[in-house]
Amino acid sequence: MSADSFLTPAQRDDLCAIAGVMIPASAEFAVPGADDPAIQADMLATLGRDAGAVREALDALARCAGQPFAGLDLARREAAAGEWRARGGAAVETLTRVVLQCYYRDDRVVRSLGLEPRAPYPQGHVLEDGDWSLLDPVRARPPMWRPT
Amino acid sequence: MNEPVDVLIVGAGASGAAAAWSLADTRMHILCLEQGGWMNPATYPSTGRDWEARFFGDFSPSPNIRARREDYPVNDDNSPIKVVNFNGVGGGTVMYTAHFPRLHPSDFRVQSLDGVADDWPIDYATLAPFFEENDRMMGVSGLAGDPGVPPRNPPMPPLPLGRSGAILGKAMNRLGWHWWPSDTTVATVDYEGRARCINLGHCTPGCAQGAKASTDITYWPAAMRAGVELRTHCRVREITTDEHGMAAGVVYYDAEGKEQFQAAHVVVLACNGVGTPRLLLNSASGRFPNGLANSSGLVGRNLMFHPYAQVYGYVAEATDSNRAPPTCLWSKEFYETDRSRGFVRGYTFQFGRGVGPVAEAVASEAKGLVPWGAGHHAAFRRLNGHRLSLSAICEDLPEDRNRVTLDPVLKDSDGIPAPRIDYRIGENTARMMEHGIARAKEILAAAGATDICVNSPILYGGWHLLGTARMGADPARSVVNEWGRSHDVKNLFIVDGSLFVTSGGVNPTSTIQALALYVADQMKQRLANLFD
Ligand SMILES: Cc1cc2nc3c(=O)[nH]c(=O)nc-3n(C[C@H](O)[C@H](O)[C@H](O)COP(=O)(O)OP(=O)(O)OC[C@H]3O[C@@H](n4cnc5c(N)ncnc54)[C@H](O)[C@@H]3O)c2cc1C
Ligand code: SF4
Repeated sequence: MSADSFLTPAQRDDLCAIAGVMIPASAEFAVPGADDPAIQADMLATLGRDAGAVREALDALARCAGQPFAGLDLARREAAAGEWRARGGAAVETLTRVVLQCYYRDDRVVRSLGLEPRAPYPQGHVLEDGDWSLLDPVRARPPMWRPT
Repeated sequence: MNEPVDVLIVGAGASGAAAAWSLADTRMHILCLEQGGWMNPATYPSTGRDWEARFFGDFSPSPNIRARREDYPVNDDNSPIKVVNFNGVGGGTVMYTAHFPRLHPSDFRVQSLDGVADDWPIDYATLAPFFEENDRMMGVSGLAGDPGVPPRNPPMPPLPLGRSGAILGKAMNRLGWHWWPSDTTVATVDYEGRARCINLGHCTPGCAQGAKASTDITYWPAAMRAGVELRTHCRVREITTDEHGMAAGVVYYDAEGKEQFQAAHVVVLACNGVGTPRLLLNSASGRFPNGLANSSGLVGRNLMFHPYAQVYGYVAEATDSNRAPPTCLWSKEFYETDRSRGFVRGYTFQFGRGVGPVAEAVASEAKGLVPWGAGHHAAFRRLNGHRLSLSAICEDLPEDRNRVTLDPVLKDSDGIPAPRIDYRIGENTARMMEHGIARAKEILAAAGATDICVNSPILYGGWHLLGTARMGADPARSVVNEWGRSHDVKNLFIVDGSLFVTSGGVNPTSTIQALALYVADQMKQRLANLFD
């Protein structure tokens, strides 16, 4: 089963629209919005175990909108999204997390944060040693633990 | 038909592995049954671009979220702290954060010193040689000379201070408070076949480098070389007893879900502070109607979690963030009792280095620190890579009402009744948490942090599972004796976190494993009259 078949076309449009409301593109930071096609494709391909909660959240969003959310103009989208977010709940939290976890692993976004777009393994990172003389005042303390 | 074995260990986690390795000296036939399988580090999250996302899915610390076949569900609705664990070879050490302090000498004497709970039947000096042996087997990195704890000599140098450690150390010096680089089981140099840490920064959901000491890569290879047999994907349903009231063996479900019986002369439980009482309660019979080894009625009672009061904030400088192991420093400033603080006993501060971008985005969105819309990007960039955090690991006192029982409805994938948790944070602990939060805010202020956030208790913070089959000399007030043998069933032993009489204010695994080595050593010394 293809992963994006978890959502109906209307739900996919609404997911894309709400993602764009959450994180719009920014010329200032030279990053796409969360409604970017590549980021949306990642979301749909990796919904997996979150699909049920995401569907539930999208249904609630459509109810707040009174029609398909994607059909609203921007001002009405923002109003409906605000109401939906304020109502909250586990499903809304899941959808929000799905958007954020796909957005913040997109190569362009990761680079814009000054990070390398790669898995941590096998290259790892370098951790600087730090100034061990900072410990001198602590070394000078008498034992603090209670003998028994 | 399975051949009877001399010793049957249930659970291949932190304590089961240590006990198996120690008992292997005896050359007896030792078998361990583990409900999970072997881990493959090549598939750990840090090997993929979705490394952060998997923490919310198949590598969540919560068994209810992971929900693999080998994860038994836990009904923890009636607890402000949810149980987290890992089920597989290595047990919780596959997913632990590798912070490795020991209980303090005073922790074994809380009744004598502070008039609360009970003293342990053993003391720090009894465990000292086993702490050392365990440090060597697990491979501990740290720095000798800490005035906050009794002398010890970690076999490897400490983790670097890094940027986060330096900022926090300066802040603690400004306040005149104790701090020290934490003991960890992260290898800082190549150690006994383990490669050194390369700062993948994602230690908790499994270390792909093999630098973090989980028992699947420390004790187990050594135990198996010494002849111990480990059978995976075998979930024990109950311990059976014979006509003399001795343990006869166990009934388990194998990898195909087929029911099997395994006879054994000695049964050792190492299923952790939730799994062990669950198994004992599931082993009720006509002779033992309230569960096995439960004449005291204490099996499952006195559950202790160590509520974590977590406080974090953001500094202008860049922190180590996710580019280093999360373990960093500890502070013992508020560990020993000072009644002027309004509570007895105390807590360790465990300092962290920061988190990755997805974890930061999810947390700061939920806290309302990062808005939706055009303002999102600037707000996120101010926070991401600038977090400093610390948690007060607060001593939980044993309380009767905090307990593990069997859920009347919930079952695991083999149809075995699942555990139910009823737990409330005690008054003394609640006051301690408030104290910890206030001091943590002072520390973060001294570090120049803003946008302070509090998670108290950490919701998915039930990682220390203690006290539910406590040790003691008095059969009316304990489940096992002072060397881990059941008072009621003379060939049944417990070696895991259930043994704890009190919890101390530190992460427990170093002490759990030292206890497992101690119990195994006692068994070896008493082989001739083990059941007397
Ligand atoms: C996210 C996380 C972070 C942690 N961080 C730290 C830390 O930094 N420092 C620290 O000291 N501790 C930490 N811990 C706690 C640490 O993992 C535990 O203290 C330790 O693993 C407990 O050891 P144990 O032997 O009691 O049980 P476990 O290690 O939990 O082992 C129990 C084993 O028994 C098996 N089992 C249970 N029931 C059955 C059955 N019926 N049949 C067959 N097998 C069974 C389980 O599958 C499991 O493998 C952390 C834990 C988690 C989950
Ligand atoms: S930071 Fe070190 S210990 Fe942690 S996962 Fe990376 S290599 Fe392993």
